[in-house]
Amino acid sequence: MTLAGLSLAYLKDRALNTALNILLLTLSVATLVILVLFSSQLAERFERDAQGIDLVVGAKGSPLQLILSSIYQVDVPTGNIPLATVDLLRADPTVAEVIPLALGDSFRGYRIVGTEPAYVENFGGVLAQGQMFAADYQAVIGAQVARETGAGLGQKFVGSHGLSGDGHDHEETPYEVVGILAPTGTVLDRLIVTPVGSIWAAHGFAAPPVEGDAEDHDDHAGHDADHDHDHDGDGHQDHAAHDHEDGHEDGHDEHAEAEPEHAAHAGGGDLEVTALLIKYRSSMAAVRLPNFINKQTELQAAAPAVEMTRLLSLLGVGIDAVRAFAILLMATSGLSIFVALYSALRQREGDMAMLRVMGARPGAIFGHIVLEGVLLAAAGALLGVAVGHAVVAASAASFPQLRDMGLTAARFETAELVIVMAAIGMGALAALIPALKVFRVDIAKTLADTR
Amino acid sequence: MTTPAEPLIEVRDLRHEIDGRCVMAAPAFAAVRGEHTLLLGPSGSGKTTLINVITGLITPTSGEVRIAGQVMSALPAAQRDQLRRRTIGVVFQTLRLIGALSVRQNLALAQRLALGQNDSAAIESLIAQVGLTHRADARPRELSQGEGQRAAIARALCAKPAIVVADEPTSALDDANAIAMSDLLLATAEATGATLLIATHDNRLRARFDRTLTLATPQVAA
Repeated sequence: MTLAGLSLAYLKDRALNTALNILLLTLSVATLVILVLFSSQLAERFERDAQGIDLVVGAKGSPLQLILSSIYQVDVPTGNIPLATVDLLRADPTVAEVIPLALGDSFRGYRIVGTEPAYVENFGGVLAQGQMFAADYQAVIGAQVARETGAGLGQKFVGSHGLSGDGHDHEETPYEVVGILAPTGTVLDRLIVTPVGSIWAAHGFAAPPVEGDAEDHDDHAGHDADHDHDHDGDGHQDHAAHDHEDGHEDGHDEHAEAEPEHAAHAGGGDLEVTALLIKYRSSMAAVRLPNFINKQTELQAAAPAVEMTRLLSLLGVGIDAVRAFAILLMATSGLSIFVALYSALRQREGDMAMLRVMGARPGAIFGHIVLEGVLLAAAGALLGVAVGHAVVAASAASFPQLRDMGLTAARFETAELVIVMAAIGMGALAALIPALKVFRVDIAKTLADTR
Repeated sequence: MTTPAEPLIEVRDLRHEIDGRCVMAAPAFAAVRGEHTLLLGPSGSGKTTLINVITGLITPTSGEVRIAGQVMSALPAAQRDQLRRRTIGVVFQTLRLIGALSVRQNLALAQRLALGQNDSAAIESLIAQVGLTHRADARPRELSQGEGQRAAIARALCAKPAIVVADEPTSALDDANAIAMSDLLLATAEATGATLLIATHDNRLRARFDRTLTLATPQVAA
């Protein structure tokens, strides 16, 4: 039995009081940990998913919605834009790269994105198995999609109309998995990528050949050449045969206004895409291009950095409020520890005097009392971290949106260590004033006064 | 260090005042290793004050106490604590067992503080010697008065101190228990070779000690 053991014994001896103090601290630390995990992972994920993308061009509407739908794949698109925009922007000397996106379908909740291999390359996507798509209805699936659906190379699947996965199936146009990507830690992990032509064709348009080479602009010129073919009467009739309107109602009720026509569904008969991801060649583009697009075209340009800063600042108000509440809770628990120890030590003055009689040095008794506060705080802090991670894990498991954002409980942030150290420091501080009494104790008087 | 013939406790011209009023004036006496002394005095005679001076908890107004040859009041606080820790075991009337610890843990803590380490076998042996083996895991609040006093005696002896002092150890006990308590103190001190000093107003113990000193109530100056 040591003085440290005595600290533990005292805590166990008043178990209810100890448990309540630990609970209070656990709640405050858990709240802070959840905030840290959520905000840091969210910000990091935002940054990672927007890597390399300077501008997003899409249909008029909310710029934040355009960014969320095109980059983070968490919202419905604002609409579609003419395919001709691709060539228009590729012809701009200040633009280094244009990556088209065609959205509208999904498989078991995972979005099917019609695009070019450059999209995969942008996220550093590397094939773990198989090969990159080279023709319509060939699909390359992200690591999470492969893991969650169990899909393997050569397997076929049917896309569902709509982004939520409960629309009608495009049964006559199954996709074949030709490649599986290694995990990237980006949005790519939960996407199914395929040529843009697949999306067009799935919706009844005979898509122009897509070579799958983002650099081959001639192929895109070919798109224009095939427009007449794509938009013939049969194509529209086939498309109508999908009962497209019903599909919209079934699959997108919650986004009735925001739901775009799917990429191939040309309002005026031209092929369309959902959005374009732009990389600048020069900084001049940042000055000129968004302004030009927003003011002089029917399109909308939104910069991911700007929109995400705005979103994070909006979220930040709420996060700051919760953080302030959690800090207040932590201060309350510190005060509670102080009151508990102060009150306990008043009752234990006789014990302290007896410890001195038995030869314990004042410094050792002081340390044992501070240790009591530290043990309380450490238990609360560590439990708080555990509870915080458990809540994040449960949230990620319960809410697909959070899981899709990449929220994970399996990561520890440096800020958590700071929180734990702050909580332990607070426990030590709360114990300090009661502990200092040991240096002032008159042993003989205390032994005479206490029974 | 002292030889067996040298006194472990020496009290000379000891007097203690509080606010100018004498609360204790002790006769000169010395106790050698293994000697058992009964210090008798009525309430208010300063027995507890004398015990506190002997254990170094208070500094007397005048006179001196030597413990194992060292003048207690002349030592710095840290050395006084060390001398008390290594040399003296104390039994109080109110027991002063740590309520959050079991009997065994109370002994272990006292032993650790005195010796810097635990000797589990010695603790178990002492617990058996005071007849508390079946109550070793009980908390003080779960013990009867008699069991608690036996635990307090065991704690005072667990570091094998050269000196055991007891302040009114039997005042709350009936005759049978008072005799049993003093016999236990005598037996355990005998077994460990400790010098025993019991301060009490309880005349029932007089017959059990070879040597009795009397502490008179200090005279208040007119």
